[in-house]
Amino acid sequence: MSLRISTAPHMHNPLTTSRLMQNVCIALMPTVLVGVYAFGFPALMVLAVSVASAVVSEFLWQKIAHQPVRVNDFSAILTGLILGLNLPSTAPWWMAMVGSAFAIIVVKQLFGGLGDNFLNPALAARAVLLASWPVHMAASAYVKPTFFEAGVDAVSAATPLSSPGSYTLMQRLLGQIPGTIGEVSKIAILIGFLFLVCTSTISWRIPVVMVGSVYVFTLLIVGGGFESALIATLSGGVLFGAVFMATDYVTSPIRPVAQIIYAALIGLIIVLIRQFGNYPEGVTYGILLMNIATPLIDRFLPQKIYGYQKKEAKKA
Amino acid sequence: MSEKKSLGKVFFNGIIPENPTFRLVLGTCPTLAVTSSALNGLGMGAAATFVLVCSNIAISLLRKFIPDQVRIPAFIVVICTFVTMVQLLMQAFLPSLYESLGIFIPLIVVNCIILARAEAFASKNPPLASACDGLGMGIGFTLALTLIGSIRELIGSGSIFGQNVLGASYEPMLLIVLASGGFLTFGLLLGVFNLIVKKIEKKNAAKEAQAA
Repeated sequence: MSLRISTAPHMHNPLTTSRLMQNVCIALMPTVLVGVYAFGFPALMVLAVSVASAVVSEFLWQKIAHQPVRVNDFSAILTGLILGLNLPSTAPWWMAMVGSAFAIIVVKQLFGGLGDNFLNPALAARAVLLASWPVHMAASAYVKPTFFEAGVDAVSAATPLSSPGSYTLMQRLLGQIPGTIGEVSKIAILIGFLFLVCTSTISWRIPVVMVGSVYVFTLLIVGGGFESALIATLSGGVLFGAVFMATDYVTSPIRPVAQIIYAALIGLIIVLIRQFGNYPEGVTYGILLMNIATPLIDRFLPQKIYGYQKKEAKKA
Repeated sequence: MSEKKSLGKVFFNGIIPENPTFRLVLGTCPTLAVTSSALNGLGMGAAATFVLVCSNIAISLLRKFIPDQVRIPAFIVVICTFVTMVQLLMQAFLPSLYESLGIFIPLIVVNCIILARAEAFASKNPPLASACDGLGMGIGFTLALTLIGSIRELIGSGSIFGQNVLGASYEPMLLIVLASGGFLTFGLLLGVFNLIVKKIEKKNAAKEAQAA
């Protein structure tokens, strides 16, 4: 690859990596606040440990590998935050710590650092934790948010995915359901989504197509009518995954058509895993599998090179 | 071989400079499959070492009689003989290890390390050197498997050679004893091993340059 300087005009883009990462962190704040409000101190603890562990791992690795220390670009903070939001509030502190360190060191840095990781670090770490300590990640680890039922400290309950129909649509929107810290309140996630789209941090395509695809495929494969498909779409981590994890720049395609294919296939995999798989939820594996397929989608779609006519492109 | 190497050098060649697992990356199938515990790794390594030494000696003795065109089938027949012996011996004297290694005992026949040493070394060198080569390679393989097995057992079950080390409060990381944990541990160790060997080589090169 050779670096070439293009002809004028040269435009400066104020959106730096650090700025983009900060935007996503800001967009996550409503989710964080609702999560901490709903689950209380344990949730705050999990989030704090996973963020701290991610930042420390990044710092130590860059020191040891003699790389420029770039902890202040917010990417490690973001990875830690997303992983924390992906854990149940009952997760032990050491699990959050191991997860974040794994995300940063094994998934991100060993593959070349920010921009070269082939999987979303937070999600890969979640998959590792799920396989390693199923006791702390399975349905029994999820508790109902405490503010929901006065006088009760915590109620252990199955994830709403294994018992659909036990929660109303409104409860699901507000976050009065058991789940991971980040996935409970759909409204907080939607606020974050609007913020990200308005600041043009992400395009609307991946989240909208992914959620739509889950809805359509639930309708087609699972059946049960429009309302139950809507409830399934608003259950589990679909919304959170669509807005904050499937849109990761590094591991999602660049071109609009590729993004639509990518997002639609994530939706299909999620529905297939939910319906036929052993796990109640398939968002993690859906996004991870399509992360792996991203270079394939990027390569096999016909490419239109900017500024070239079709004939010229053929000659070249 | 025109250049005559000392037996010691031939022996040590297999342990670090050409370690079959970490430098040649041969025989990765048993490396990944049986190293979920230190004992399994050690057992597999010992079985492979026995086959390696015996087949190297036999093939070296027969090297002038085996026609070049049919050498691979001839090597395989020799290797099969020793693998069958190991299998029967293990079944008789170490039944529990035999159970846990299972299909991977007969699969030593197709272990690339053994065929590679037969082809690359034993078919061109005298018996004594071949025996040293087999022993070195075998010990290198055994050390690597035991190391991977110990690490996986320590993290994935909290013990080494069945002895609980990390205490009852340790919650083992299940992933490491699963297949994906095998790939992870192997890959990470491969990186670390090569990093160390490269550092040593650099140091030696610098020393030689100074001496010259």
